[in-house]
Amino acid sequence: MDENTPILQVDGLNTTFHRNGRALPALRDVSFSVARGEVLGLVGESGSGKSVTLRSIIGLARRYGDVTGQVRWQGRDLVEMADRALRQIQGREIAMIFQEPMTSLNPLLTVGLQLEETLRAHTDLPRAARRDRAIEMLDLVGIPSAAQRLKDYPHQFSGGMRQRVMIAIALAANPKLLLADEPTTALDVTIQAQILDLILRLAQDMDMGVLLVTHDLGVVAQTCDNVAVMYAGRIVEQGLVRDVLREPRHPYTVGLMRSVPENLPPRTPLYSVPGVPPGLDALPPGCAFAPRCTSCIAPCSQDRPALSLITEGRQVACFNPVTKSQGNAA
Amino acid sequence: MTGTVMEIRDLHLRFPMGRSPADYVTGRPGRVVNALNGVSLDLIRGETLGVVGESGCGKSTLARCIVRLYTPSEGEIRFDGQDVFGTEQRADRAYNRRVQMMFQDPYSSLNPRMTTGQILAEALSVHKMRPDAKIPARVAELLELVRLSQDAQHKLPHEFSGGQRQRIAIARALAVEPEVLIADELVSALDVSVQAQVVNLLLELQETLDLTILFVAHDLRLVRHVSNRVAVIYLGRIVEVGDSETLFSAPAHPYSQALLSAAPSLNPDERGKAVKLEGELPSPLNMPSGCPFHVRCRHATETCKTTLPVLLPFKGRGEVACHHVEEINANA
Ligand SMILES: Nc1ncnc2c1ncn2[C@@H]1O[C@H](COP(=O)(O)OP(=O)(O)O)[C@@H](O)[C@H]1O
Ligand SMILES: Nc1ncnc2c1ncn2[C@@H]1O[C@H](COP(=O)(O)OP(=O)(O)O)[C@@H](O)[C@H]1O
Ligand code: SF4
Ligand code: SF4
Ligand SMILES: [Mg+2]
Ligand SMILES: [Mg+2]
Repeated sequence: MDENTPILQVDGLNTTFHRNGRALPALRDVSFSVARGEVLGLVGESGSGKSVTLRSIIGLARRYGDVTGQVRWQGRDLVEMADRALRQIQGREIAMIFQEPMTSLNPLLTVGLQLEETLRAHTDLPRAARRDRAIEMLDLVGIPSAAQRLKDYPHQFSGGMRQRVMIAIALAANPKLLLADEPTTALDVTIQAQILDLILRLAQDMDMGVLLVTHDLGVVAQTCDNVAVMYAGRIVEQGLVRDVLREPRHPYTVGLMRSVPENLPPRTPLYSVPGVPPGLDALPPGCAFAPRCTSCIAPCSQDRPALSLITEGRQVACFNPVTKSQGNAA
Repeated sequence: MTGTVMEIRDLHLRFPMGRSPADYVTGRPGRVVNALNGVSLDLIRGETLGVVGESGCGKSTLARCIVRLYTPSEGEIRFDGQDVFGTEQRADRAYNRRVQMMFQDPYSSLNPRMTTGQILAEALSVHKMRPDAKIPARVAELLELVRLSQDAQHKLPHEFSGGQRQRIAIARALAVEPEVLIADELVSALDVSVQAQVVNLLLELQETLDLTILFVAHDLRLVRHVSNRVAVIYLGRIVEVGDSETLFSAPAHPYSQALLSAAPSLNPDERGKAVKLEGELPSPLNMPSGCPFHVRCRHATETCKTTLPVLLPFKGRGEVACHHVEEINANA
């Protein structure tokens, strides 16, 4: 298969929750793809729909919401797929790791048993080979004395080590795609650097695609090939990390970048995007960002800008994108 | 900025862990967590002193000692020249008023059943800041100070967003007209945009009210931005302290170098430039001998394994605790 052939293709994904008889449009028209070995970053403020995107892809969101659109995987559509068939893919071909490993590791089972469980469920390896593979995985993620640690319980590992164990379990079955939801947010920068390094190395060595959710643009800059910026359930800008960070075009991306306290005179006021994100039950009719946008023009409050290609490799959903000179002056 | 407002000298805090059954059988004494291992630090009037270090290094323990939530095992804290743990000072409520702490999670520090108005009024009456008749006016003034609308008075903490709750925490701290604010991860749980608003407010209030701030946070970019000086803590010891810009642009201690370089830069061209730090923080149950950093330090020598380096002035740019700081920074 060609390098750039996507392994995952998400097309027009919509996810709607219902509360008190009202429809909450958590995701609208979300489209992107992930190629082999590619790391795609998904950024945005809390509540923008990052986790729901991952959960919709892997079939978790449909348990409590309506999911429509297409998630194309190996020639099939995961949105339409029956639960049984989907379970064959979850954990085997597509793995997911969460922010807090303690909630997804079973505190009552040893780490070795949990690794074995995964391998038994998702591979055809015989028993002895499963044990070897378990040791190999712990080793791979940098856990010292892997063989001895198989019989330890999750609480016997530090936060960083637990996250490694999570990654070892997630990757044990050699998935083709990793969905990582803020895998380092709860960790120290030193451990974060180690874990991101590990994910990058594994993506390369195993030719695995990665969808990495984070709210830290620094993590995106240091880890991802491409980035998609989400706002109120939609992707508002998408492109190569280098290009987007150097020259953001969507006013929201510009605002996000400006509020990071980097390269500023010390103790000067920090930039902050005015206002707060809209609630899902009160989305503005036109562009959802309009009430907070300093570039807002007449059509913005009536029509919704579609995500469209504005230059080579860059998609932006905006009627009045920021130009390079404006971006620098801002 | 005039003079030192607080002197912290050789502060130690050991948390007893109790004895495990195995300890009883073998006759081993109970183990202790060495949370602080000789912290010395001056707080200068009007400054913001940032405190950084990996989780578990003792930042919160230090903050809690300062507001006397914890009593140190050894060492002293002097405020206005008085030892705050001295028997007379213990009973002195004025210190509690003059040094106020704000926490990361106001859920656990704001009474969920009290309205904002009640929370602020309580702070005012506990410290007898105003005669009862003047309390409502002061509550209104405090809300204005932290840019909350007046109807916030009648709402409960859960009715506010995260950023607004932090404003309430700030208002409550300011109610008693403190001189020193201890901010322990005050904005760490907030989105960048909200974080920026709260930080701006804090910096502005610092100017107008002449506050001294100890700013504890794990977000290095933010600490760099708000601080005048910064202290780097490793396993309960300060390994480097100095002017914020100097320390962040050219850290001198090997640990500061590794820690600061691990913060992911916004510039994709700086990939792979981090000084790789192998391993994790050793357990404070098992303090390494000598320099606490020697097990992870690529410059470690035999001396480092046996002898504890003390914090010494380095090139007129703050203090560093490292035997080899001169060589390491020779061509810097
Ligand atoms: N099960 C649910 N029921 C109703 N609303 C939900 C549910 N899960 C998520 N949401 C809402 O969907 C939006 C997106 O949430 P999420 O994807 O978790 O955001 P984030 O970008 O922080 O990961 C939020 O407004 C959230 O409140
Ligand atoms: N009340 C306590 N009892 C026992 N150990 C504690 C207590 N508080 C903190 N510790 C321990 O002291 C060390 C320092 O903790 P802390 O000051 O919270 O670190 P930080 O705020 O830098 O993350 C850690 O090892 C922690 O587990
Ligand atoms: S479409 Fe209009 S309101 Fe929306 S981001 Fe662009 S300029 Fe701003
Ligand atoms: S004293 Fe030795 S081990 Fe400690 S930081 Fe300096 S060089 Fe490294
Ligand atoms: Mg999330
Ligand atoms: Mg802490």
